[in-house]
Amino acid sequence: MSTPLIGDFSVAPENDALRAVRIGVITFPGTLDDRDAARAVTIAGGTAVGLWHAEANLQSVDAVIIPGGFSYGDYLRAGAIARFAPLMEKVVDAAAGGMPVLGICNGFQILTEAHLLPGSMVKNNHLKFSCADQLLRVENNSTAWTSAYEQGAGMVVPLKNQDGQYVADEKTLDELEGEGRVVFRYDGDNPNGSRRGIAGITNAAGNVVGLMPHPEHAVEPGFGPDSSAYGEVGLGYGTDGLRIFSSVLNSLVAGGKS
Amino acid sequence: MPRIVVDVMPKPEILDPQGKAIAGALPRLGLTGFSAVRQGKRFELTVDGDVTPEVLEQARTAAATVLSNPVIEDVTRVEVIPEA
Amino acid sequence: MTVSPSAAAEQKKFRIDTVEHAAATPGTELPWAELGLKEDEFNRVVEILGRRPTAAELAMYSVMWSEHCSYKSSKVHLKQFGEKVTDKMKEHLLVGIGENAGVVDIGEGWAVTFKVESHNHPSFVEPYQGAATGVGGIVRDIISMGARPVAVMDPLRFGAIDHPDTARLVHGIVSGIGGYGNSLGLPNIGGELVFDSVYQGNPLVNALAVGVLRHEDIRLANASGAGNKVVLFGARTGGDGIGGASVLASESFDATKPSKRPAVQVGDPFAEKVLIECCLELFKSSVVEGIQDLGAAGISCATSELASNGDGGMHVELTNVLLRDPTLTPGEILMSESQERMMAVVTPENADAFEAIMAKWNVEYSWLGEVTDTGRLIIDWAGETIVDVDPRTVAHEGPVYQRPMARPAAQDSIEANSFNAERPFGSAAVKDAILELMASPNMCDKSWVTNQYDRYVQGNTALAMPDDAGVIRVDETTGLGVAISTDANGRYSYLNPYEGAKLALAESYRNVSTAGATPLAVTDCLNFGSPEDPGVMWQFAESVRGLADGCRELGVPVTGGNVSLYNQTGGVAIHPTPVVGVLGVFDDVARRTPSGWRQDGQAIYLMGTTQDELDGSEYANLRGHLGGKPPKVDLQAEKLLGELLVNASRDGMIDAAHDVSEGGLAAALSEMALRFGVGARIGLGEVCERDGVDLFTLLFSESQARAVVAVARSEEVRFKDMCSARGFAHARIGVVDTEIGALDFQSNFVLPLDELKAAHEGTLPRHFG
Repeated sequence: MSTPLIGDFSVAPENDALRAVRIGVITFPGTLDDRDAARAVTIAGGTAVGLWHAEANLQSVDAVIIPGGFSYGDYLRAGAIARFAPLMEKVVDAAAGGMPVLGICNGFQILTEAHLLPGSMVKNNHLKFSCADQLLRVENNSTAWTSAYEQGAGMVVPLKNQDGQYVADEKTLDELEGEGRVVFRYDGDNPNGSRRGIAGITNAAGNVVGLMPHPEHAVEPGFGPDSSAYGEVGLGYGTDGLRIFSSVLNSLVAGGKS
Repeated sequence: MPRIVVDVMPKPEILDPQGKAIAGALPRLGLTGFSAVRQGKRFELTVDGDVTPEVLEQARTAAATVLSNPVIEDVTRVEVIPEA
Repeated sequence: MTVSPSAAAEQKKFRIDTVEHAAATPGTELPWAELGLKEDEFNRVVEILGRRPTAAELAMYSVMWSEHCSYKSSKVHLKQFGEKVTDKMKEHLLVGIGENAGVVDIGEGWAVTFKVESHNHPSFVEPYQGAATGVGGIVRDIISMGARPVAVMDPLRFGAIDHPDTARLVHGIVSGIGGYGNSLGLPNIGGELVFDSVYQGNPLVNALAVGVLRHEDIRLANASGAGNKVVLFGARTGGDGIGGASVLASESFDATKPSKRPAVQVGDPFAEKVLIECCLELFKSSVVEGIQDLGAAGISCATSELASNGDGGMHVELTNVLLRDPTLTPGEILMSESQERMMAVVTPENADAFEAIMAKWNVEYSWLGEVTDTGRLIIDWAGETIVDVDPRTVAHEGPVYQRPMARPAAQDSIEANSFNAERPFGSAAVKDAILELMASPNMCDKSWVTNQYDRYVQGNTALAMPDDAGVIRVDETTGLGVAISTDANGRYSYLNPYEGAKLALAESYRNVSTAGATPLAVTDCLNFGSPEDPGVMWQFAESVRGLADGCRELGVPVTGGNVSLYNQTGGVAIHPTPVVGVLGVFDDVARRTPSGWRQDGQAIYLMGTTQDELDGSEYANLRGHLGGKPPKVDLQAEKLLGELLVNASRDGMIDAAHDVSEGGLAAALSEMALRFGVGARIGLGEVCERDGVDLFTLLFSESQARAVVAVARSEEVRFKDMCSARGFAHARIGVVDTEIGALDFQSNFVLPLDELKAAHEGTLPRHFG
């Protein structure tokens, strides 16, 4: 990362092939969860590479994560200013070439503003910032970022945002549903009024995925949610989000990377 | 039905972080013709029937007490938009 | 000194009151009273300067000599925090009182800096921005020590929950704290939420921030090395909060003086987030010699403090300050409280490196001048001198008052008015009392507030609300971390301010050790009424004496904090409210103890003994009673309890622990059961008999030095032996039961968790939507 880290998180590589996979994590001014996303990549066994928004250089990464936060304060619209960063042009080109791209929360908003994904996010229907553990369903396990989940599997990850209500016109929503491009759906009560309970979607090719909840905050025992879709866990021991990162590492290795 | 439009702007002397962030972004896109940006709010109050002086006065009261925060914002317009 | 090209034009806008002009026009009338100075204070300024002050000098002295900046009423008492310490207490202290925040050694080369501050008055005027900028200000204090901020907490106190103005303040203040803190990427890990009509016109918005740094990264606010350059960076300077520092903190709000309403400050959290990362890069690259944040009193404070803490001199050109509002006068520029600004001292060799980092983060800066060895702070306006002062007289040698103080005459009758209302008797009445207590504004579930704060960001939060303390991992490889809690009980302090301060300290200390951390240091935010009221001054003096004595007895030093006075409206002061923050250390946060039980069959123990102590309690509060004596505080017992809880955590004897405080054992058991929705079978007969109290008193008394723990069956013998060996009272009062879904007070009543939860969680949403 380009910013100083408090306590380098260094885990000995358990798998050289995984560790050889380079996942870029973009930092914009106002990005907040960049170090968390990098930590998630490291815990999953890959190598995190910090990318700076102003440098149009992807540094030979194999995949890109656009993490959460409030890029440019979210002052105009969430993601509206960040999409114009020099690095984003490279990301758009790479995505068209099939590179896996994941947008989390503000990153999802940036992907919609950059027209890599359809729809948009508006203020939560309850009008407040909300931080809570959220149960999701994996509705499409064929994307680059979800292949390690069972189809229909549950996952508990934190949902924290102010502008998290996914909206799109009916035609777009029907297309997304018809093509199986709804990747994550809120299970149980809809927490923010998102159309059709949509928490995350993918592009037609399945390499670009965006979701509002934060899988990178459910990867390390003791620092995640208090619950899991896989049975009872100890305090903060929910790590259901880790498979997002394992999915992309494994699919890149299987696809002949390294 | 007629609408009353209320514009609310941050007071000139008050910091407008939104406008500042947008003003910073424009030159990066090559849009260099602007020296400052300020971001305000527009409200549209729909009226059932005619806009009587009483209704307009209510709109002014709403603008001054609810729609704006007089500590940091000014009401810059309260205006009737006739039916389209 | 260079003068910017536009400066000559700028200067024409004002008739600049230069030092030369001031010396030549001694008879000029100056608005010292409007700026908050008293006549003798103004005369002292004239005496110091040997002439009348210029308008700019008057602005500087008036803000820097305000109560808020100079601590003129509190100073004589606060010095006890420095006097009542032993060498042993200072052992872990890397930086003590007097800097922007204290710094504590937590081992392995790591240090932690933390501080709590008030933003009470601004939050009443403009709740959202007042609370937001309160967070911003305390975070900049942390950055200026050289640390990365890692968490915030927010102790909040509002008026009556059903008062019409309370909703305005709750909505604005909570969303202001969330809006700013969430945008900075700082987890909010705890705080307090209290409703009491005494805070109606004076809500208390205290904000705590904690930061982490390596020992070698400590930065101090001083300007050393003649020839080094002084730079102002961050946001531009506007008319924000001009006069706020002195006017707001020196005068009570009074309906007859609306003209005192100040311009408010508006926060820009995005600018602050960028400033955090930019400062950390400056520190990492070692390009700044000294750094100071700009808060109250803005440039006046930063220049005078940097200069007087360093080589004593500074020469700056004020027209170099980048302005948001070009119409500001020099005095206004010096007083402006515009947010998100920092001032640094940079060697000429590092100037290019400094500018490169500013460019990377797109942060504006302007070189203002340089450090000198003249012992004078000289400020020019377009080349003409408008300030020529000894900076120490501005920053450190302000007025000091020995305010008259007197124990209020009513204090005796307050103490004599013990709670003697009829007590609930019989199972049904006690059960109803628990439900009523747990639904009451002060004891209800706080997640309506805490869910508006991000507790996950940064990925190091090991414990947060509703647990006893917030816990943050510092070192990701070893698990080294810290726990923090803040506590105060205004009602206890009203009954007895000396004991009340000790009680606040005791509870905060207990919360930190209940979470499993060893308490190490203290920060405090002392919220009181007007120091010009001898009764309030007595409360203040007693509180400081109590806190200083308590800290010495527990062996934890005060490292810094803040005083907020004039919290009163129409002659009625708030309860004395000394908010005490205790910081503790873990060698590994993995062993932090949550506040709820989960494992079926684990034994539940009550540690400590219960006396009949209902005066000042939440139960008495429910009945509208406030009088008598607060619970007795025994700090030796607290210390012992703390050691036992930390040992029990370290040796893996306990899986849950919760302190017994406001709301007594009834609240502690309810909260432990609701934490994970797991019930228990409870039997209190033996303890009632042992302590000589009835069931109601055992459940609702607020006796101190108590905690409830859940002990694994396999550890019971070891746990009991440990308590016995240290002579600490302990009694088995129940068993965790994952099946019953209730707190079954055996042979008395069954309290279904669904019913308890509904009562507990319904209150805040009902009032605030």
